[in-house]
Amino acid sequence: MTADILKITDLSIHYDTPRGALKALRHVNVSVPRGKIVGVVGESGCGKSTLISTIIRLLANNAKVASGSIVFDDQDLLALSETQMRGLRGTDISMVFQDPMQTHNPVLTIGRQMTDIQYRDKSTTAEKRNRAADMLALVGIPDPVQRLDQFPHEFSGGMRQRIAIAMALMARPKLLIADEPTTALDATLEVQIIKRLHELQAEIGCSILFISHHLGVIAELCEEVVVMYAGEVVEQGSVRDVFHSPSHPYTKALLDCDPGHIKEKTRSLPTIPGEIPDLVNLPAGCAFAPRCSQVFDACRSNRPAWNECKPGHHALCHLAETETVS
Amino acid sequence: MTALLEVKDVKVRFGSGQGLLGRLGFSSGGSIEAVAGISFSLQEGETYGIVGESGSGKTTLARAIGGLHHAQEGSILFQGADLRGLAEAQFRGFRKDIAMMFQDPIGSLSPRLTIKSLLTEPYRIQGLKDRDLEAEAKRLLAMVGLPADFAGRFPHQLSGGQARRIGVARALALDPKLILADEPTAGLDVSVQGELLNLLARLQDKLGLSIIIITHNLNVVRHITDRMGIMYLGRFVEEGRTDDIFAQPQHPYTLALLAANPEPDPDAQLARIELKGEPPSLIQRPLACEFHPRCPFVRDNCRTGAPPGWQSSSEVHSHRCHWPADWQNAEA
Repeated sequence: MTADILKITDLSIHYDTPRGALKALRHVNVSVPRGKIVGVVGESGCGKSTLISTIIRLLANNAKVASGSIVFDDQDLLALSETQMRGLRGTDISMVFQDPMQTHNPVLTIGRQMTDIQYRDKSTTAEKRNRAADMLALVGIPDPVQRLDQFPHEFSGGMRQRIAIAMALMARPKLLIADEPTTALDATLEVQIIKRLHELQAEIGCSILFISHHLGVIAELCEEVVVMYAGEVVEQGSVRDVFHSPSHPYTKALLDCDPGHIKEKTRSLPTIPGEIPDLVNLPAGCAFAPRCSQVFDACRSNRPAWNECKPGHHALCHLAETETVS
Repeated sequence: MTALLEVKDVKVRFGSGQGLLGRLGFSSGGSIEAVAGISFSLQEGETYGIVGESGSGKTTLARAIGGLHHAQEGSILFQGADLRGLAEAQFRGFRKDIAMMFQDPIGSLSPRLTIKSLLTEPYRIQGLKDRDLEAEAKRLLAMVGLPADFAGRFPHQLSGGQARRIGVARALALDPKLILADEPTAGLDVSVQGELLNLLARLQDKLGLSIIIITHNLNVVRHITDRMGIMYLGRFVEEGRTDDIFAQPQHPYTLALLAANPEPDPDAQLARIELKGEPPSLIQRPLACEFHPRCPFVRDNCRTGAPPGWQSSSEVHSHRCHWPADWQNAEA
């Protein structure tokens, strides 16, 4: 058994568009150790969603895997047939989506939906119902047995997201993928969900891949963090290393931009000047070079290597290289 | 300095006996008070923040001020004139001075119109025929830092951040005195959020605008507002200068909101206050203090009696609570 439940190596995904190939992911390396929570952070359009759609194979028809491999629990996901993949989804890998208001079927009761998804189980309907009620209790829904007969619209947003988490964890998956599960919720509910995920992860012992663009949430929940920019992973390391001593200028800039980091009241907030590059016509060297404050000649011509700046902390930057040399 | 806007005890009810039974004097019983008596005032050139969870009535309040919802009670004085209860035709004149930025940036732009027509639509509606629409569109785009060739584009060709900027530009078209911004940074990345807030601050300095910002992002409020109100179930529970509220929150709900703000620092020491349960239903408001079912510091008299009216901890900072700042004792 390998130490990583999920290991993505050199993954590239291209979308066919009328303008040419849109290189949504380029040479991405991500590893999720068993029993850990790994956060993926990045601005919109950086490829977070493409990454998770590739893992569970929900990609759009015009997407092509240009290179790389995804090894989940010692098997290559890209080599599996559609039927084998179906066997994994919902049992070994499950997912919580962004919008809790649209996750459930509005015309079926929660209880019906929660027993339906146990279709692989041979147990009786009554047993399935009991399991559903147990799961609801586990995520902190009061009166779970009575609540099973209610419809999604009778629950608030925070409760629906907790039900979605309960359903995702029902089969005790090895990997839970959570795509911005707290973005649609208020700050007080966000804190509730994070706390609950922490407890459940400890109890079930699964790994979690947690996608967010909220740096504060990542800092609080995750042990490891992956920073993405314009289709590339630019930094991965422990949360402490990456947040306290970021090695990639983009990570630094992103952290500086967070108004939560700025203690003094200011009317002029820091920003990252410039725009995300066009993923059809990428700049020659480093993708962040046009916006980088520490850019030098090599950045404009050569693609930086995946440098290890200290054990377990990698960055895709020419500077990380020079730092280790000096 | 005179108050530009004065909101006094405004109430907005939905489904309140407007049907046949209601008119005959039978109460339908299903009426909810989304805004249940809000008062505040806004000076010229000031930024006011309205903060609260979803469903607390923030957007309804903004729409009532902007004339999109009918407020049943209270008064909304804009430069001395009462806006409440004005018919649509009478309100139209005020729309020049009160502009609104809506929550969903792309959804608030008609997908069939070009950016130029969207930006200049206010002139057509207000009957300002003497303007050179081409030049106005250019001027507005330049004001929000977008290139002039955007005038020919359609909304689906814009990113979220660009669509927000168009929202700002359109709100500025008629040189308003007041901008109502409903969640202006929701769904934006931190860097783009910074750009948009800087833009609003710069335009405010240049044009002397007053701004009301509705948000649940406390980091945004702290940096750009002068004063703020914390809303819970359609009422303010605390109101005052932003700096004072952040330094010394009095109401436990404010404290919980401030503490629920995840810090981008893995080693941050969190004095977290966890709220029990969910926001209660507006149809069956909790009795006594409306916050007591979720309050971590609840005491006996919170369950039996309504909190006293507005109490002031300083001249410009007030709150409604039986045991203000009790959390300080609880921690010790």
